[in-house]
Amino acid sequence: MLARDDRESLKRTPLYDLHVSLGGKMVPFAGYDMPVQYPAGVLKEHLHTRNQAGLFDVSHMGQIALRPKSGRIEDAARALERLVPQDILAIAPGRQRYAQFTNVDGGLLDDLMVANFGDHLFLVVNAACKEEDEAHLRANLSDTCVIDSLTDRALIALQGPKAESALAKLCAEAPTMKFMDAGPHQVAGLACFVSRSGYTGEDGFEISVPAAAAEHLAKTLLENPDVMPIGLGARDSLRLEAGLCLYGHDIDTATTPVEAALEWSVQKSRRTGGARAGGFPGAEKILAHFDHGASRRRVGLRTEGRAPVREGALLFADSAGGEPIGKVTSGGFGPSLNAPVAMGYVPTGLSALDTKLFAEVRGQRLPLAVAAMPFVKNTYKR
Amino acid sequence: MTTTLYTTDHEWLAIDGDVATVGITDYAQSQLGDVVFVELPKVGRSLKKAEAAAVVESVKAASDVYAPVTGDVLETNDALAAEPALVNSDAQGAAWFFKIKIADKSELGGLMDEAAYKAHTA
Repeated sequence: MLARDDRESLKRTPLYDLHVSLGGKMVPFAGYDMPVQYPAGVLKEHLHTRNQAGLFDVSHMGQIALRPKSGRIEDAARALERLVPQDILAIAPGRQRYAQFTNVDGGLLDDLMVANFGDHLFLVVNAACKEEDEAHLRANLSDTCVIDSLTDRALIALQGPKAESALAKLCAEAPTMKFMDAGPHQVAGLACFVSRSGYTGEDGFEISVPAAAAEHLAKTLLENPDVMPIGLGARDSLRLEAGLCLYGHDIDTATTPVEAALEWSVQKSRRTGGARAGGFPGAEKILAHFDHGASRRRVGLRTEGRAPVREGALLFADSAGGEPIGKVTSGGFGPSLNAPVAMGYVPTGLSALDTKLFAEVRGQRLPLAVAAMPFVKNTYKR
Repeated sequence: MTTTLYTTDHEWLAIDGDVATVGITDYAQSQLGDVVFVELPKVGRSLKKAEAAAVVESVKAASDVYAPVTGDVLETNDALAAEPALVNSDAQGAAWFFKIKIADKSELGGLMDEAAYKAHTA
């Protein structure tokens, strides 16, 4: 239980009062007082998002505009490429891409979304990392860019098969957007940034809205009977079923993009032999992992029984004896699968699909197997 | 005639002679949220008071259920394996966890009655 002073030091998003009025159970998360669930509970919230639509407050995340001093977007893109292993120059206007800030050891400082808004780049970073990320950008890119932290905006995610129809009532262009399209749009007459993306594996949108209008927009969306408010609990079980990494758990400063099975997110132009190979922190190690492989790998794990295997559980090659060969980094119960799901790191030689392993849970070794991710098929509108 | 007592860890015990039926309270299930898995002790296991006897898992987290008294496990509720959600719908009835043969009735002295437990969770 948090002491009262600790509770009072927590920050609140512009939707705090709405969460409380909806019966949200508030918990500390990344320095914010956030709803972990509403009265419906994690299970119903999870399934509602998969079957209809869920509304998530993700205003704790950092929103940063990277404005090129020259006025040329390619200058901002080239500058950002000094900090990430992604091809930023190739992001077309109105498009968004998943990226990571790397450190000199090839590890990950954070993962983020980068959108090209025509005259500037729009970044969304993790709440727990946003101050360090901003300092990192200022320290490295201030020569070419103005780094503008958009603290006066909230961020609302609308996810699930009914997200499109729910948003279409307030934003006529929404149905014309494809997965990872991103840009300024009017939503309910408000100047918003909308992207067709999310963290659930479902089709859906993320809407950056001026803080003062956030509650109005959230309430308007919630008037739609298809839309239910969803807390952090279901957000975590949804992203886990979707096989998506949680920064600080599945990826961190000690994991490279290759170890994390995020090769798909590093375009060929930045790899060995590419037009702009390397040139980001830790390039030597990361490119060596691309060229020669890494010794461990993030994999999906499914158990035979119903006991969830959770973060921190040690993995073993055999049912008894031996040293641990790896560790679970995220694990829990997948409501859509009605079964436990987990992910973790194992030696590359034990990373093939269906490899039998054991996880130590309460002193017992439970059998599990390497499984394909996403665990639940994604429904992105490509 | 059974008497129901409660622990500060939110277990309930229905005492019938020298046998206690043990489960978690309705308050506990409301705090845990949707229960997805219950691990029960093996029949015949000797439990010491306050020893971790069972595990109840929600979507988000695992919680231990402690033996409220010392004794041997006589019977477990197999219905919970097939339907863990019973813990949410009927925590203090159909979702009992296990029955234990009370080794030392003096251990019951430290437990709460319903009024005291209500005050404890208020």
